[in-house]
Amino acid sequence: MEKKIRVLVAKVGLDGHDRGAKVVARFLRDAGFEVIYTGLHRTPQEVAMAAVQEDVDVVGISLHSGAHMALVPKVINYIREYGGDPDEIVILVGGIIPEDEFDDLKAMGVDGVFIPGTPISEIIDFIKEMVPKKKEQARKKKAVA
Amino acid sequence: MLDERSLEEIRRKREEWEKTCLQPYVERSKERQERFETLSGIEVKRIYDPTDVAHLDYLKDLSYPGEYPYTRGVYPTMYRGRLWTMRQFSGFGTAEDTNARWKMLLKEGQTGLSTAFDFPTLMGLDSDDPLADGEVGKVGVAVDTLKDFEILFDGIPLDKVSTSFTINPPAGIILAMYVAIGDMQGVPRNQLRGTIQNDMLKEFHAQNTLILPPEPSVKIITDIFEWGVEEVPKFNLISISGYHIREAGSTAVQELAFTIADGMAYVEAAIERGIDIDKLAPQLSFFFNSHNNFFEEIAKFRAARRMWAKIMRDEYGAKNPRSWWLKFHTQTAGCSLTAQQPLNNIVRTTIQAMAAVLGGTQSLHTNSFDEAWALPSEEAVRVALRTQQIIAYESGIPDTIDPLGGSYYVEWLTDKMEKLAWDYIERIRKMGEGSVLRGVLKGIETGFFIKEISNAAASYQRDVEEGRKIIVGVNKFAIEEKLKIPILKVDPEVQRRQIERLKNVKAERDNEAVKDALDWLRSAAENNENVMPAILGAVKSYATVGEIMGVLKEVYGTYKKPIII
Amino acid sequence: MEVEEIVEGILLGNKRALARGITYVENDFPEGKEVMKRIYKHTGRAHVVGITGFPGVGKSTTVSKLTQEFRKRGKKVGIVAVDPGSPFTGGALLGDRLRMDGLDTNRQLWLDPGVFFRSMSSRGKAGGLAAKTGDVVRLMDAFGFDVIMVETVGAGQSEVDIIEVADTAIVVLMPEMGDDIQINKAGILEIGDIYVVNKADLGGAEKTEKWLKAMLMMDQEAVEILSKTTHADEAAVESGEIFARMKKGKGWIPPVIKTIADRGEGIEELANAIEEHKRFMEESGLLKERRARRLSRELFDLIMDEIKERLATDESLGFREMVDRVINNEIDPHTAVEQILKVLIKENGV
Repeated sequence: MEKKIRVLVAKVGLDGHDRGAKVVARFLRDAGFEVIYTGLHRTPQEVAMAAVQEDVDVVGISLHSGAHMALVPKVINYIREYGGDPDEIVILVGGIIPEDEFDDLKAMGVDGVFIPGTPISEIIDFIKEMVPKKKEQARKKKAVA
Repeated sequence: MLDERSLEEIRRKREEWEKTCLQPYVERSKERQERFETLSGIEVKRIYDPTDVAHLDYLKDLSYPGEYPYTRGVYPTMYRGRLWTMRQFSGFGTAEDTNARWKMLLKEGQTGLSTAFDFPTLMGLDSDDPLADGEVGKVGVAVDTLKDFEILFDGIPLDKVSTSFTINPPAGIILAMYVAIGDMQGVPRNQLRGTIQNDMLKEFHAQNTLILPPEPSVKIITDIFEWGVEEVPKFNLISISGYHIREAGSTAVQELAFTIADGMAYVEAAIERGIDIDKLAPQLSFFFNSHNNFFEEIAKFRAARRMWAKIMRDEYGAKNPRSWWLKFHTQTAGCSLTAQQPLNNIVRTTIQAMAAVLGGTQSLHTNSFDEAWALPSEEAVRVALRTQQIIAYESGIPDTIDPLGGSYYVEWLTDKMEKLAWDYIERIRKMGEGSVLRGVLKGIETGFFIKEISNAAASYQRDVEEGRKIIVGVNKFAIEEKLKIPILKVDPEVQRRQIERLKNVKAERDNEAVKDALDWLRSAAENNENVMPAILGAVKSYATVGEIMGVLKEVYGTYKKPIII
Repeated sequence: MEVEEIVEGILLGNKRALARGITYVENDFPEGKEVMKRIYKHTGRAHVVGITGFPGVGKSTTVSKLTQEFRKRGKKVGIVAVDPGSPFTGGALLGDRLRMDGLDTNRQLWLDPGVFFRSMSSRGKAGGLAAKTGDVVRLMDAFGFDVIMVETVGAGQSEVDIIEVADTAIVVLMPEMGDDIQINKAGILEIGDIYVVNKADLGGAEKTEKWLKAMLMMDQEAVEILSKTTHADEAAVESGEIFARMKKGKGWIPPVIKTIADRGEGIEELANAIEEHKRFMEESGLLKERRARRLSRELFDLIMDEIKERLATDESLGFREMVDRVINNEIDPHTAVEQILKVLIKENGV
């Protein structure tokens, strides 16, 4: 049996713009994923804990507050702290993100950044490609270690 | 608007045209689409002629500007007399940063200030709250105490400017701070001009700045009305907003209907409180979105004006014609901006701004082209302001009043949107068993508004994904691009500096006085008294936004809502 | 993660191991079965509470408030929330029910070390649960939760499967659902050990309560005892005396409890009723009986599944050929079954 891809769609921080997150959640469901939406105003700890307990393959973080550089690395670190392995989770960030910060986010462990106007089909394809890839990479890394 | 004989002739001519001219042509070359529609899904016909508006009565449904039902404008001369207020929303970092940006905008010819607050302030949290981490000063200015307001308005005389505050749950606190600054500058309270957004209902529908439950939220808004009509009679005490409903994905019709319904709900709450509606009405203002479908937006603004006039005069019995006016601010649609090929956003914004002007707006914010990427840079803000100035001074659009009035299409569409909006409002009234206020509260409780809006958002997205709606530069005419737009970055030191200032204020203030003021507020809230005098007292004692909201949360509880996707 | 690591982790209370174990089980991975084999002997301690009811009655709010209440009583709580999944796309929106929008909502539950929340998709299965709910509950049981709450889909269809996993089944209703024919059709009057009339501040709660009690007991005397005591005499409820009175004649008469879960009202009473039901089930031996019935049914299902799986995948059994022979009239179905069973049983050395 093929494993269902599980995605946590998370709203971190204080901004209330949930249009993007909700529309993405709907479309990911329609694409056959199991989607868990956190609701608004979650802290990095709460998102990380939900990611670990729900054992998701993907964490998509949506922010429109400009706080991504402060909050995204915290999510990743807390996943590790709670015993999860961010190396095998595809981490996505969506929202208003200046392009010159894409590389910084990637260096923190973010796999994909999606700005407003990105076709959701692109996000779906990205997830389908990256989930097995990341798992494989994590396996290799572990084998080496 | 024509007599039956002329209409008959037109109908005959039209049939003839369809048969002999149109049909052979369409058979040779097909139209681009089977069906054309507005963003609200209203079908747009091939052509409109006098028969489409035959049911309208010029004197009853349109009349002249400055006269009921104000379809053509609220002022007799409109922009021939005075242009709309060019009001660019701005604010970031600490009060010093925003104060400097404001002074630049005033020098550049902007005529009103408009304040963006950061998320912690919007949510009623202090900068040192754990939940504020990473967000202090990010999307707007951070305000914790009156001290920040003193810096923000340093060198800006409150009797010379009007200031708009985009703030909701803590709106009463911000109004109190403004009054306190006015008191310090020696400006009489009845000279203070400006607007607080103060519209919680749309927060429950769309914007999600949620702190207190709906009923106490409406109670406090009514307190602000009651206090404000006496204390600050030139200040707009609310900006009833469709903007955010639209940004959350609604159609233009939903934006119109829900905003007007919210407006009715507030008026009903004020009437229940015993506030003289003719006293309050001039202090009500509205705030709409202007999106891409040019004519639909214009029709929306015109319909809104006509509806509100009818509502205030006929439903709520306002006597003073001034009370029948719907004055509104417009912002171009943030959700229409694309990150791809950002310069295209200037063109989008221009079209949207023109729609707002043709719709008769009283003030306008034009978005900056880089806003899908970050907070706008100084250059982008300037271009946005120049867009308005070009429309004002070069296009000739403002030189005659309501130039699209009488267009068969625009009049038909205005009427159509009004009808569709009324359908919604009647549904809401039914949910409230005759009361629009109860109906809106019921709709919040049952998720009615959220469901309507998110379904519209999903269906719009589906149209874009499947190519039925074209977004230039995104799903058509896309290019590979390397972007080089200079982007405004907020100094990460802001948070530290702001927390430092807060600490100093707390150390220097008279903490006994703060405690007394907060106790006063608690007792006012518990005893169902008007909370505004106590809030003003608390503000003047340098109590923080978080402390004041904290008391209200203690008394009224906090709101949570089930998630509806 | 390896099977060993997961089993050890679960027994040591490692949430990540539990989460991964659930994933293996839910997706029918061979490792999942291995994990289940090894943790089985550590199960049977937890009290499993099922919560079912129509959409919009406030199941999730009830679950979240009950969780807080049990935490106050020092219990560790595991939660499984089942949401509908499309049988067509396989997609699902999960678990957003405990997770509410708002600044101060259930914040403590998100990070509480004594709480574990997992959402599951029904993956198109009818009956209100996901196929592997029972195993997921066992994993949580082995992990050491005292109370495990299972919230069903709540799509309004008949969700009677809850009794397949729950020691105590709670049916949540709301006012004005009283004499609703749907309730009878959904079969929920037969499955509840406790009935909750939530949103009791809305009009009509009393009517619903009375109606429910009458339906449940069909016993005028019992109705009288209850309507006099349930809410008026809190001491009787707290001491459990009321239940003793009810049990006298009938074993267990499902109590009807009014709550306003939003505000936490009635939640303490509900938690008391759950604990009382647990005590009753243990003392009366009914818990053992209920679990035994459930296990025998489960074992039967597992055997059937295994045989089906073997027939479909193990070519040496000659199932396909046998089907062809039946189609061609070379052999009758009954003889065919006898022959295949012989192969199956011999092969396994029985």
